[in-house]
Amino acid sequence: MITLTHYLVVSAGLFCIGLYVILSKQNAIQILIGVELMLNAAILNLVAFGKYDKLNNAGQSFALFAIVLAAAATAVALAIVLNVYRRYRTIDPGKINQLKD
Amino acid sequence: MNLVIIMFYLMATIALGSALYVAASKNLVRSVFMFFITLFALAGLYVLSLADFVAITQVVVYVGGILVLILFAFMLSGRESLAGLQQQPNRLISINKLPALLLAGLFFIVLVNVFLKANVDALGWIQQAVVQHNVITPTDVTINNLGVNLMTNYLLPFEAVSILLLMALAGAAHLSRKEEAAP
Repeated sequence: MITLTHYLVVSAGLFCIGLYVILSKQNAIQILIGVELMLNAAILNLVAFGKYDKLNNAGQSFALFAIVLAAAATAVALAIVLNVYRRYRTIDPGKINQLKD
Repeated sequence: MNLVIIMFYLMATIALGSALYVAASKNLVRSVFMFFITLFALAGLYVLSLADFVAITQVVVYVGGILVLILFAFMLSGRESLAGLQQQPNRLISINKLPALLLAGLFFIVLVNVFLKANVDALGWIQQAVVQHNVITPTDVTINNLGVNLMTNYLLPFEAVSILLLMALAGAAHLSRKEEAAP
């Protein structure tokens, strides 16, 4: 039988890979992918624990909420990335050094 | 039961391996498409933990929505950013990525230690759920219960998240519109 610890270790691995992607990449879109990896690790935990809550379904409901929030955050972040590219002609976060030009 | 365990390890290996490829690849398009595979493997893991509706939502929203959005932004952002991306030495381990690698690795070790010591399967409420048969079994249909719960217990978060989604989409459309020529 698959225990909860298996799910927790897999999601810890995904979370740390997402952390590495966020810290080391020099491209805003890849950083966004790292954020999505970390969110998916959290959703995996919610779903794994939600198996033990049949009546209230709290884990699965909040996994759905987290997916919708990730969609909203991605839409806004990509709009910001497009705006940044239009102004600075680069999407490297290390080269963007002012909020307003 | 044995097949379930084999499927779990297969899905976990695919998810972690393709996530590692996302982290290591120097090509942005390739890493986006490997992220696609990670999302599918995660949907498989959700099915294995008996959350079919979440898995379907994952495929529809993430793969159908977010990934297409990422590809659009990628295609609209032009060639110059990619040219700059190819020049840097982009191996998995290089000297300017050592701090990130160290931080992620140490964080992973700490997390795994915590999980192994916490003994999650012996938690009080999980034991209680097992005793009270409050556990989802493979023959249950959970979608009806999920819909009823979304409309009763979780109605306030549901409405809040719908308003936030509307606001975020309107804001994204506003942010990404073409501006008039600056005076």
